[in-house]
Amino acid sequence: MNRYAAAFAGADRPLVFPYLTAGFPTPAQTNELVLAALRGGAAGLEIGAPFSDPLADGPTIQRANTAALAAGATVETALDAARAVRAGGSDAPITLMGYLNPFLAYQPSDGGADSGTPADGVGLPLQPIAAAAAEAGVDGMILVDLPVEESDPARETLAASGIDLVYLLAPTSTPERIAAVAQRAAGFLYLVSVTGVTGARNELAPDLREFVGRVREQVDLPLAVGFGIRNRAQVETVGQLCEAAVIGSALTTTIAEAPPSGRVQAVERYLEVVTGRRRDESG
Amino acid sequence: MSDETGAFGPFGGQFVPETLMPALAELEEAWAAAQADDEFGAELGQMLRDYVGRETPLTFAPRLSERLGGAQIYLKREDLAHTGAHKINNALGQALLALRMGKRRIIAETGAGQHGVATATACARFGLECIVYMGAEDVRRQALNVFRMRLLGAEVIPVDSGARTLKDAINEAIRDWVTNVRGTYYLIGSAIGPHPYPLIVRELQSVIGSESRDQMRAATGRLPDVAIACVGGGSNAIGLFHPLLDDPVRLIGVEAAGEGLERRHAATLSGGSPGVLHGTRTYVLQDRHGQITEAHSISAGLDYPGVGPEHAWLMLSERAEYVSVTDEEALEALQLLSETEGIIPALETAHAIAWAAKLAPTMRPDQTILIGLSGRGDKDVEIVRDALAVRGETQDAAPP
Repeated sequence: MNRYAAAFAGADRPLVFPYLTAGFPTPAQTNELVLAALRGGAAGLEIGAPFSDPLADGPTIQRANTAALAAGATVETALDAARAVRAGGSDAPITLMGYLNPFLAYQPSDGGADSGTPADGVGLPLQPIAAAAAEAGVDGMILVDLPVEESDPARETLAASGIDLVYLLAPTSTPERIAAVAQRAAGFLYLVSVTGVTGARNELAPDLREFVGRVREQVDLPLAVGFGIRNRAQVETVGQLCEAAVIGSALTTTIAEAPPSGRVQAVERYLEVVTGRRRDESG
Repeated sequence: MSDETGAFGPFGGQFVPETLMPALAELEEAWAAAQADDEFGAELGQMLRDYVGRETPLTFAPRLSERLGGAQIYLKREDLAHTGAHKINNALGQALLALRMGKRRIIAETGAGQHGVATATACARFGLECIVYMGAEDVRRQALNVFRMRLLGAEVIPVDSGARTLKDAINEAIRDWVTNVRGTYYLIGSAIGPHPYPLIVRELQSVIGSESRDQMRAATGRLPDVAIACVGGGSNAIGLFHPLLDDPVRLIGVEAAGEGLERRHAATLSGGSPGVLHGTRTYVLQDRHGQITEAHSISAGLDYPGVGPEHAWLMLSERAEYVSVTDEEALEALQLLSETEGIIPALETAHAIAWAAKLAPTMRPDQTILIGLSGRGDKDVEIVRDALAVRGETQDAAPP
């Protein structure tokens, strides 16, 4: 059984998958924040590779990307975090998330010839990152700007290294698009809960139940819901509909607002609260 | 090249978040329906004639030709179109398309403000809500164009993320579109972005090349030997080139080499590499980690770290050539055309003039060069004055 299947088979639902931008606030602190999230109760991790132009992200994660890049983060920073998780003995599934371009450009830090030619599409050039991700203990990749129509070469390249391509669906996805994704998806499906960019919101989208229903009609895989989730109550609501909740912006804000010496504890504690291990005493 | 999938060889495509894919499908469908509808063509044709002032003239440049001492030079005068540049061809056409789609909220990005002004103009004409995203740095540099847009009734939103220039304005426009996708039309300003935008913009700008073809034949009895246009995103160049693709005409796109290709520049095709930016696979300026780097040009309209995917394909397939000229050369060319022909071109356009000035002396007097004179230079006079003052050449800067 792969790590996704094991995670979804075992635990109470919903699982909580925190999203952390690799390199935020610094590359040096990324590994300990990721490990803190696991201690706090994360059932899996989404580790974001920073990009200069994160056009699906709201202000919070944009700023995290900018800060991470300014601090020298690269795709390798995200892989290092995955290696740290595996070195710590965890079998939580790890999803590497990001925009295509940094992954297309990725070359291992020990060099390696630049084998790309202008005629290559977006499949073959992903081979180096697929191999490196597999070696680092990554289970799947989410490519934010790769819709299903363009995804077959990339999916095949990732699969050759044992990496699942995790697909996204949005409230605007038509039945035809859901069907196209259903034919190809592996691991789990990531449902974008709102039409919009990433960011914590006070209310969950009112049409979430209907959206999940439309997806369930065609898909048997576990579903994770993300975009806009920030507190335990929302996680519980999502848990009535889906197998997992993804929390990104709210966690990023927690890190940004904590004093540098208190970030690790803040992440662990935040995860304890949203996973229901600890009652939220802040009200 | 395929009109159906948006692939230009290995370039183009649709690399956008899932939320936008149905909107792109809707746009494709609406565009195909509009293309097939004679009424749309008639309405656009009438607007181009009565409102934009088309067709724009083809002007022979006798003193410039004589000064350079080689080929005869002709100018396709997009600077005489309403709002002073070719941008209006695209803005009007897409605004008409938005009306057909029932979308009354228009968003756009702008760098220097030319596309923002064109979009605000089209929206004013049709009574559409207009929101223009503009990098905060560009808002500062282009205060007059910001005022023009506001005068035309548009809301200008400064973008504070990233480098606060054009690429960040595009990111922000796409974020708005992702959020308000159901009722909003994104009116993109160049032949860039996900399919079908590069196709739509090309078709709307092809009026430049189609008119030029007929006008060159009428004026000289044949097609030009060479056609030259400046390339930022590449909308005026693809508009000029596309109707000439099947003809024996040498096509040259001129990019902005800024301070030089070894330093800061905006020459994406000459100095970049393949990547994915703003929904399309094309050439981009990037570092070795795949992070998009800042473009630089004295001309804000060429200051973009990507380029239309069809240009990437025309380069790879060797149908068109792409070269670059520096800020310095563009400034000299701007003065050259001003002094010899009484036409102050936009700094963008001056890049095309600069290359023509290099090429013409190597050609015979019975050969011709067609230059896409994409815009007028009024908007740039302050920048030009300041740049020449730095060089101590404000009074006279005679070209070579």
